[in-house]
Order: sequence, then structure tokens, then C-alpha cells
Amino acid sequence: MGLDIRLPIGGLFTVIGIFLTGYGVLADQAIYQASLGVNVNLRWGLVMLVFGLIMAAFGQRADRRSKH
Amino acid sequence: MNLTSIDWAIMLVYFIFVLGIGFLLKRKVKTSTDFFLAGRAIPAWVCGLAFISANLGAQEVIGMAASGAKYGIATSHFYWVGAIPAMVFVGIFMMPFYYGSRARSVPEYLRLRFDEKTRGLNAISFAIMTVFSSGISMYAMARLIQILLVLDGPFQRLGIPPHWIFHFSIAFSALIVLGYIFFGGLTSAIYNEVLQFFLIVAGFLPLVWLGLKNVGGWHGLVQKLPESYSHSWVGMGSPHTNPLGVEWFGLVMGLGFVLSFGYWCTDFLVVQRAMAADSMTAARRTPLIAAIPKMLFPFLVILPGLIAVALPANPVSVGSASMSVPATASPEHALSGKGLIPAKINQTTGQPLLDQNGKAILDYDLAIPNMLLHYFPTGILGLGLTALLASFMSGMAGNVTAFNTVWTYDIYQSYIRPNASDAHYLWMGRVATVFGIALSVAAAYATTRFNNIMDMLQLVFAFVNAPLFATFLLGMFWKRATGHGAFLGLISGTTAAAIHHGLTLPAGAAPGIKGAWLGPVIHSYPSEMAQNFWTAIWAWTTCFVVTIVISLLTRQRDEKELVGLVYSMTERPSEEHLPWFKRPIALGLAVIVLTLMLNLIFY
Repeated sequence: MGLDIRLPIGGLFTVIGIFLTGYGVLADQAIYQASLGVNVNLRWGLVMLVFGLIMAAFGQRADRRSKH
Repeated sequence: MNLTSIDWAIMLVYFIFVLGIGFLLKRKVKTSTDFFLAGRAIPAWVCGLAFISANLGAQEVIGMAASGAKYGIATSHFYWVGAIPAMVFVGIFMMPFYYGSRARSVPEYLRLRFDEKTRGLNAISFAIMTVFSSGISMYAMARLIQILLVLDGPFQRLGIPPHWIFHFSIAFSALIVLGYIFFGGLTSAIYNEVLQFFLIVAGFLPLVWLGLKNVGGWHGLVQKLPESYSHSWVGMGSPHTNPLGVEWFGLVMGLGFVLSFGYWCTDFLVVQRAMAADSMTAARRTPLIAAIPKMLFPFLVILPGLIAVALPANPVSVGSASMSVPATASPEHALSGKGLIPAKINQTTGQPLLDQNGKAILDYDLAIPNMLLHYFPTGILGLGLTALLASFMSGMAGNVTAFNTVWTYDIYQSYIRPNASDAHYLWMGRVATVFGIALSVAAAYATTRFNNIMDMLQLVFAFVNAPLFATFLLGMFWKRATGHGAFLGLISGTTAAAIHHGLTLPAGAAPGIKGAWLGPVIHSYPSEMAQNFWTAIWAWTTCFVVTIVISLLTRQRDEKELVGLVYSMTERPSEEHLPWFKRPIALGLAVIVLTLMLNLIFY
């Protein structure tokens, strides 16, 4: 269908992952009292970032292959 | 609720992607098949994820957590009994006829197999149902945004009165869904459903992780809960020894067979996703692929409910819980709740609502929202909220795409304007998207005014849906079944459901919308769930018997016309060329074995 679905999924997860990771590094650690002291923004942000990049990479590869 | 710029940024990014997908796919939509059936060009795994995502509306996310908080792990019956077997069945046995007959919708299959009147009955009732379901989804979302005070901050800053929040939420969700379906049609809806699927998982997985960490893992959770909460089958011998109030036979036949097969095997909302697949095997694999995440969903949506009741109702956690109930609730009222589940509050007195035994009635629907507020700091809170919004939208969009297809192909093309050009039907599909959404908005507002009418409509839908699977089963596997038989079977099945409901009553309920509206109470059920399951069983059996009797009395169709529509007249699809793990049968068996294991683990 032209647009490989993995590209937008990868894109969205990468952007949200960067947002969360960045915020996790920069924000005041006091907000993590709610999440049992875990910096959940940083940790989950990294998970989403990695997932997003993998999805995007697969999507890109398939996209390139379909163009050839 | 304190949202900061990071939360808004995450929500904004999501909406940009959702609309962006619709916009990018716009140039791909050239024919009505592109618009209504995604050009039949979607790979199996994408269809599979859309298949469950279309069903993963907010009623599911919020409702299953609520029922987890109320009944415990027994809620998993709605998945392991009430979904997986039917999903395997539709993939292996029914998809060859849906996909192979080249029908463009479920009602159209009924016309090919039976006759025009059976199709008309199904198409019209289905179209009405989808509009109302999407309206109810819209209403629920707007209410949740109000209750969680999501928009109160920004509205205050902009100087807009708070009662506009409801209108804004309705209009906003309508415009987003309209935006991406209008341009991209079913492809866009499917792509967004897959996106929403991943987002919902990403939003709720950390919630389960933090919650389990807090209560000391599964083991710690079990110790904090009543015994019955951690078993799904113990006590199912009698309706009086388990929290659901229904015995195993009613559960397996009513939920596991009639209701579940009626939904997963005949509802065009889900079947449409498989019809969009790029080949017959892909269409057959669609529900089977969907079954794998589906059987794991209890851990994602039911566990938060269990954790919410297991937490101590200490003032700290109650403090956050009371944020979600209207501002009139004070901490001591919230203390009448259980864990993170607050009591329902009487809006005028500000006191908790009590049942007949003087115990507070709990607002279980707040299990998921309160869990989000309890564990998520700003940042990931934005992600959690986005996931919740995504679940509302996927439910809505699924209904809208099913509606515009059934409207255009089965009602407009059949009864209003046949023989028009394909471009005209494509145009009609876009118009139908607009008025389908407009009708949903109207239904959402009707819900705010006439809550009872909505309950009544849902009851009528239940009566209409209950007998459906009998018709399809006979249609696909018994070549002698006739159009007159199917039509009369459906009508009498629905009537039987209504009569059964009208003569029975669940324990503790007053006659009226809950049953016994025909007069005498012939039988009293231990719970509403038991009554629903048995209503379905009666409807199905009546439809099954009447269809057989009438079919035998009427003339059979020429066998040649039934090729591709009935099991005995159709060649089995060949799978020899596929590796074993790609064969639908192998996949189906694997799914069944895994589901059995899950049932054994959590017996």
C-alpha cells in the first residue's frame, strides 16, 4: 500500500521515546515519588525509543526493497 | 489533574501522526474497494492487530479493569472462553466463505447465501447499532475527560466556562476520527488501529509493572486479595459459589459459544479487518494472529483492576483517588471505597451511594484512571492518557468504517441507487463517513439526556445479536438451509430473547429494564450475567430450531448456486505450499493449546 505501517509506528515511538527520555534526565526527581522512586520516564522512554528505532529500521528496509 | 507541557506534547504528537497517516494515504484511495476494503492489500499481521484493536475500545479497557476489580481473575473468562475459541473458529472454518465468496460485507454474504430480506434485516440493524456504539464511545470519552479534570486547567486559563469541556471533547474526537477516515478510508482506520494497539500496550504495560512491583509481584497480590479473586474456575460448579453468579454450563454455552461466536464470527466490525487481507491465507490467519495478543490482554487490562482493589485504602492513595471523583468528595467519603476504587457519590448530597445492605456502591470504572493517576508522574502520565484516548478512538473508528461500508454497499447500492459508477459509491462512502459521525454525535448527546433509552437500545441490540450465529452456522455448513428459514429463524430468535428476558429477573433487581417487563417472573437468576447468558442461549436455540424446520418446509436452492458459500460445496483452500507454522490449522491449534494452559495456570 505504498506506506509501510512500521514507519509511522517507528516514528511515533521514537519521538515519544525522545520526549520521555529527555524529560526523565532533566526533570526534578521528586516527581518519582508516585512511581515508587523509579525514574519511569527515563526507563520507559528508552524502551520506547529502542522499539521505535527497530520498527523504523524494518519499515525503511521493506520500503527500499519495494521500490527496487 | 496536573498536566504539564510534556504531557500535552505527547498527546499532540499522537494526533499529528494519526491525521498524518490519513493524509498520506489519501492519494492511494482511487476506487471504492480501496476505501471500503483497503484494496484487499493488507498483510496478515497488520489485519490481525487491527482485528483486536477495533474491538479494544475504551469500554473494553475500562470495563475489563472494572470487572477485574469487581470479580477478580475470573474476568479472564471473557477472553479465554469468550473470545479465543471463536476467533480460532472464524479463522479456520468461516473465513474461506467470507473471503472466498468475494462478498464485500457480512450482510452481502447473507444475500449471496440466502436472500435479499435476510441481508436487509442484518444490514439495517447493524448500521443502527454501529452508530449508537460509536456514539456511546464518544460520550464515555467526553465524560472521562470531564471526570479526570483533564481540560479544566487549560480551559480556566483561556477563560472558557467548564461546561464547554464536554462539547469540546465530543467535537474534537469526532473531527479527528472524521479526518483520518474521510481521506484514507479503511486503510487509514486499520493503520491507526495498529498504531493505537502499540500505544495502548506502551501506555498500560508500565502501569502493570509498577503496580505489581508495589504489591510484591503476583504472589503478593494474591495474598492481599480474597481467595476467589485469584481463581477463574474454582467454584464454577454452582452460581452461588463464585463471584460471577453463573455456573460453568451457562458460562461456556452462553458466553463461550452463543455470545462470543455471535460477535467474533458475524460482526462486520471485526470481520471487515480480515476481508481487507491480501490473500485467502492472510485472511484466515488474521483472527489467529489476533488471538495471540488477545489471550495475553488479561494481564494488561484485568491486572490493573486487581491491583487497584489490593492497595491499602490509606489516606495518601485515597487523596489521589478523590481527585477523580467530583470535587464535593471529601477524604472520609473516599474511605468508604476499596483500595483505589472510590464509592459512587450522590451528586446532590455529596454522600456515598449505598446499596440495600447499606454498603457503599463502588465506582469500578475508575479503576484504570485512578491507577494512572496513582502511579504515573507527569511525562508518562501524558502517555497513559494518550493510550486511553487512543482506545476510545479505535473503538469509534471501527464502528464508523463498518457503518460506511454497510450503508454504501448494502443499503444505498441495493435499495436507493443501484448501477451507479464506482466513483459515485466512493463519494457516497465519504458522505456516509460524515453523516455516520454526525449521527454518532447525536447519539452521544441523546445518551446525556435519556440514559434509560440508551440502556433499552442496548438491550434490543443484544436481542438482535444473540441468534445471529445460528443463522451463519447453518448457512455455511448445511446446504439445505433456505432464505425463508434464515429470515424467520432470526426473527423468532430475537423474539425468544425478548420473551425470555421479559419473564425472568436477576436476584435483587426490580422489574423493568432488568427483566420481568412482561409480567410474571417465571425464573429468577442469581446474577444479571447469568440472565444475559441464558437469554442468549434461548435465542440461539430458537433460531437454530426454527431455521431448520422452516428450511425443511421450503424449497432448497440449486446446489450450483451455493459453490463457494457452503462448506460441502466448496473446495478446501490448499495450504500445501506453506511452511507448517504459516498454516491456519497449525496456528489455530497452537492458540488453543496455549489458552488451555492459561486456564490451567489460573484455574
